[in-house]
Parts: sequence; structure tokens; C-alpha cells
Amino acid sequence: MRIHTTRRLLGAIAAVATLTLTATACGSDASDTGAGDSGPKDVDAALEKGGKITVWAWEPTLKKVAEDFEKKYPKVDVELVNAGTGDKQYTALQNAIAAGSGAPDVAQIEYYALGQFTIGKAVADLSPYGAQKYGTSFTGGPWNAVTEDKAIYALPMDSGPMALFYNKKVFDKHGIKVPTTWDEYVEAARALHKADPKIFITNDTGDAGATTSMIWQAGGRPYQSDGTDVTIDFGDEGTQKYAATWQKLLDEKLVAPVSSWSDAWYKGLADGSIATLSIGAWMPANFTSGVASASGDWRVAPLPQWAKGDKVSAENGGSSLAVPKAAKNKELAYAFTEYATTGAGASARVAAGAFPATRADLESKAFLDTEFPYFGGQQANQIFAESARDVGADWSYLPFQVYANSIFNDTVGKAYVSPTKLSDGLKAWQDASVKYGKDQGFTVNK
Amino acid sequence: MTLLSTSARAVPPPRRGSRFRLRKEAWVGWGFAGPFVGVFGLVFLAPIGYALYLSLFQDRLVGGTVFVGLDNYGEALSDPRFWDGLLRVGLFLLVQVPVMLGIALLAALAIDSGRLYGKTFFRVAIFLPYAVPAVVAGLIWGFMYGTQFGLVGNVNDAFGTSLPDPLSPSLVLASIGNIVTWEFVGYNMLIFYSALKVVPRSLYEAAAIDGAGEWRVVRSVKLPAIRSALVIATIFSIIGSFQLFNEPSILQKLAPNAITSDFTPNLYTYSLSFSGQQHNYAATVAIVMGVITAIIAYAVQLRGMRKG
Repeated sequence: MRIHTTRRLLGAIAAVATLTLTATACGSDASDTGAGDSGPKDVDAALEKGGKITVWAWEPTLKKVAEDFEKKYPKVDVELVNAGTGDKQYTALQNAIAAGSGAPDVAQIEYYALGQFTIGKAVADLSPYGAQKYGTSFTGGPWNAVTEDKAIYALPMDSGPMALFYNKKVFDKHGIKVPTTWDEYVEAARALHKADPKIFITNDTGDAGATTSMIWQAGGRPYQSDGTDVTIDFGDEGTQKYAATWQKLLDEKLVAPVSSWSDAWYKGLADGSIATLSIGAWMPANFTSGVASASGDWRVAPLPQWAKGDKVSAENGGSSLAVPKAAKNKELAYAFTEYATTGAGASARVAAGAFPATRADLESKAFLDTEFPYFGGQQANQIFAESARDVGADWSYLPFQVYANSIFNDTVGKAYVSPTKLSDGLKAWQDASVKYGKDQGFTVNK
Repeated sequence: MTLLSTSARAVPPPRRGSRFRLRKEAWVGWGFAGPFVGVFGLVFLAPIGYALYLSLFQDRLVGGTVFVGLDNYGEALSDPRFWDGLLRVGLFLLVQVPVMLGIALLAALAIDSGRLYGKTFFRVAIFLPYAVPAVVAGLIWGFMYGTQFGLVGNVNDAFGTSLPDPLSPSLVLASIGNIVTWEFVGYNMLIFYSALKVVPRSLYEAAAIDGAGEWRVVRSVKLPAIRSALVIATIFSIIGSFQLFNEPSILQKLAPNAITSDFTPNLYTYSLSFSGQQHNYAATVAIVMGVITAIIAYAVQLRGMRKG
């Protein structure tokens, strides 16, 4: 009897304990969903309620998007602020986040710079707001750039799949075939320069963004990062392939020593002395506005390949929209980010000249069939769209790429103005980046 | 405050009664000095104090802000990038400042000699570059230095010459020196010229009566008379050289590989804080640089004044 009662008692206790555990589990589940900020419903509610958000961006097509957004949701007030381009904006953003006040609700951040903000947990994970449903809406390169494990730190705003822009008039005049491999490219560079010493295949004074994109296409993956563990290695095969080929161009002085975006650069593009550019698909707008006099001379071709018959491309530039953790109204901020990067907002921006990162826009017939009068009526988007599909997978930038890029010319730059070899320059860049990484508290190359 | 109490102790102890008055006078003094002290503290001492405070920390991407004591100073003093920049501006100083001041002095003496036809025109023409903002001057010269589409390129095309690239790593410092000289000769000339203007004419007459020629007058009367102006101009130029920033910063866009991000100490602090997020280390480098500049300027001043 006694034993029986004790057993019963124990049983009762066990039952209660189980119940309690279950209840706790339920409770924590429930509170998790609560603490996980909000779901799409809250986003809708926030739109309903309205409010004001501040957006820091320099991308010109966002102005129209902000107006459309306000029209669609009359209670929402979007203040678009140009807080500087690139570096300048990042500094301001970093300072505002550190100060704990004055940070915007949405910020434009280029793909290469995003790591700096995710490592400091300065930008919010957008997956609780429903961002994960866009996993297949964006092209691979940009989506890979904004996600880390399961977290989604930003939504891609545009992209820059690379292509070869070439001056057809110059190539035709000298009877030179447009290169399809990088070896042919070097041959073409020699032939052009021999035919007319004023002509260079391209310009290059050392550009970190262009170089990392070229390495990307060549299959190099010099940067690996997993949280605060970072690996930097320019010794891999892809990087060396790029360095060896580019070294030939530098040794034989086949690239014009003209910096991109300089006055001389625009002149060179206009008068044919700079014959090609390997650059992102956002370039056409710059051609039309900056090199208007050469309208009709230029065409677009797929990026030359490292092995004949390959189809590999890379991204060059492009930005995303992120929501800083310090944002006051994250739901509304997400709603704007979503609107500007997907659906109607994205299409409006594409119509205004931005290059899309959304598959739907890239695959739309209207987009693919667009004829560019500047390129002699060529349907250049078909080449860009194909390039976007062929972007090499698994590229990552450093969590401190902004700084690394700023010292590119101190190190790799030597290869452009002295007998230093490109591979040695890259090694010096690696060493300087490793040092900075260690100073900043990362575990580097361990 | 410490200063005040020691000086108060130095005077003989005041008698009763006058003590109150003294204190009142002291407060009246503060009242007059107050506005100055306030502004001085706010715009001069506070930033320096803040920089000193910043220099004791490190803000890392991983781990946040930590107090590191004098670590930043240790790093700065053994930082080859900082010392290379300092040596570069040191070399710049040794070559460019004498050239610039020499030309300025010659121009001032020539204008002051009274034998120059159209002296007002010369004075204004030489001074004019100083009125051009340094950024604009950098851009103008940047265009001229261009070997592709600039003046140098045009000269090469027209005459079939092959002038060396002024923006190559070996020549870029000299090219910057040329810009700075162009900008500041007029300014220094004006300092010298105004100093010469106040030299009593009677001295020249006396020298002439003694049989001194024009060069003798220059050496024995004019130069000694404007010694303090020479010292001032030299100190300004030294400080200016150490603070070299605008010209290399503008030309960097055109010659990114010749002008590195640590080309001058100022450029280095700029890139540290604006691209590297290393505000703390940038503050440290700025303080070290400020101390070095102050020491050198002070040494020059002592030496310049002692001889006079």
C-alpha cells in the first residue's frame, strides 16, 4: 500500500514535471517568436500605421522609388538622404551606429563592404521579416553576398555581372578579332598597340575592385571568412593565373596608365585609345552620359574566358539595402527595402537604368530585348543576363574589405610603376591585410 | 590654478584688508579673460584633450573599444609607414622651403629696389597663385602633368620629345614641390616686401654715403632688417611642409600608385581614420606629429632669434 502510494506520488510528480517542462518549452517557443521581432504581419501592420523612415543612399533611381512608395502607402514618409558615396557614407554610418543615435532606418551598402557591418552585428537579420522567401528571386552572386548561413543581412538592390565592352570601330579598323579568351586578349593587346602605339587594350592603374573581380572570374578565392576567423591567401591557382596573364600586359606596357573615372579616361574611351573595358553591367549608363561622342562605336561581348569554351563570369560592384540594428522602425524599414528591391520598385529602377539583381527582371522579355542605341542597337542585356547566370559561386569578401581596398595601391600598386611583380604586390597586400585583421581582433590565417 | 597659487605665494604676504581687494581684482581679471579663456578652452584645449583621450583606446571590429594605455604611442613610434611619411616631408622641407623662400626674397628685393618697371603688376602677378585654392591648384597642375592628355603629353606629341612622367614615383615629390612653390612664393614675397617697406630710407642714404653698393646694402642693411620676417616665414613654411595634404591628396586620384595612402603623415592619419576606422590610432599619429612639428618650429625660432 505504502509502496503503491509512493509510486503514485512519484508518478504524479513525474507527470507534473513533464507538464511543466512542456509548458516551459511552449513558453520559450512562444517568447522566441515574440523576441524574433516580427513576421510579415507586423510589417503589414507597420505600413498600416505609417511613420517616418530615413534612407541613406546615393543610388539615383531610389528617388523615384521613394516617391512611389509614399504614394502607395500615404501614411509613410520616406526621407532619402545622400550621406556620401561609398566610403564616406560607411564612415558616417559606422559613427552613427557607434554613437547610438542618428543611424538611418535603411542604408545602401555595397556588397564588398557589407561584411564590415555584419561582423559588428550592426545590421539586422531580415529573415524574421519574411526575407527568406526571396531566396530564389535574386541571382546567385548578389544573394550569396547578402546571406551568411541562415541570416539575410540585406536585400540586393542591383548587380554588376561583368562583360567585355569593346570599341568595335578600333577592332574593325585594324582587323583584329574580339578576344574570347584571356590569351587572345593579350594577343589583341599586342596587335592593337603594334598597329597604333597610341592604342591600349584597356586602362589600368591598379583598382582593387576590378582586380578582385578578375581573380573571382579566374577561379581564385583568396578570402574565406567564418565569423571572426579569416583566411587571406593570394597563392591559390586562380589568383596566380590572373597575376601571370596581367603581368604580361604590364611588362609589355600594353595597358594605358590612366585611372578610371578620370578626365583622361573618358577622353580615351571617346577617342578609341582605350579599346576595351572589362566591367560591370551597370556601365552603359556611364557610356551614354560620359562618352556620348563615341555613340555607335562600342559593343558588348561576353567576358574573355580562362579556358576556351568555358562560361564563367564574376560580379563587379553592386549594392544592397540593409537595415541597421539601430533603426527605430525596423518593420517599416524592411517594408521599404522589400519594395525597392523586389517587385514593382525593382522594375521601376530597372526602367530608370539600374541593372537588376532580380531574376524576374533579368528574364523578362522587355528587358532582354531592349536595344541600346549607344551600342548600335545591340541587345546587350542578353549578354549581361547570361553573365549574371554564369557568376562563379562561393566568392566572399573580407569583413574589412573597405580598408583592404584602400591600401591596394600602396602594395599592389607598386607592380604598376616599378619592376615589382604583380604576384609580389598581391603578397604584400595580403600581409598588410593580415596585419590589419589581427589588429582588429580577427583570427587570421590560423 | 596651480600657477595662480604659486605666483600668489611669491608676492610678499598682503596685509589684512588688502587681501579682499586682491581677490576681487583677481576675479575682475578673470572676468576680462573669461570670454577668451572660454573660447580658447572650447576650440583649442578641448579638441587636444579629446585627441589625447582617444589615443589611449583602441576600437576593434571584433571586441569593441578597449583601453590600451600608451600602446598606440609605442606602435606609432615604431610604425615604418609613419616614419617614411615623416622622412618624405622632411626631405620636402629641406629642398622646397629654401627654394621657395629664396625666390620670394629675390622677388621682394627686386620689387623693393624701385628699379623694376611695372612693379605693381609683378607684385600682383606673383601673389595671384596664392589666391587660388589649393584644391584647384592641385587640379590645374594635375592636368598639366598628364602624360596622356595633359600638357606634358601635348609637348611630347608636338615636339616628339619624351619628357619623364612628373607623376611617376621618383618625380612626384618634386612635382608637388613645384606646385607648393608656385602657390606660396607670392605670399612669402609679400611678407618680405612689407618688412622691407618699413626699413627707414635714411639707412640706405647713410649706406650710400658710406659708399656701399646695391648688393652691399642688401647684405648689410636690408637682410638684417627683415631677419624676423625671414624667421616667421621659415616657421610658417616648416609647419606647412609637415602638414602637406591638399596637393598629394588631389594628385592621388591621378597617380594612385605613386602617392600612397601614407605619403605624408597628414594623409596617413586621414586614411587611417576614414578608410580604416582607426580613429584612435589616427589621433595618436596626429599628436606625435604635432609634437614633432612644435619641437622643430620652436628650435628654428630659438636659433633664428638668438642670432638677431
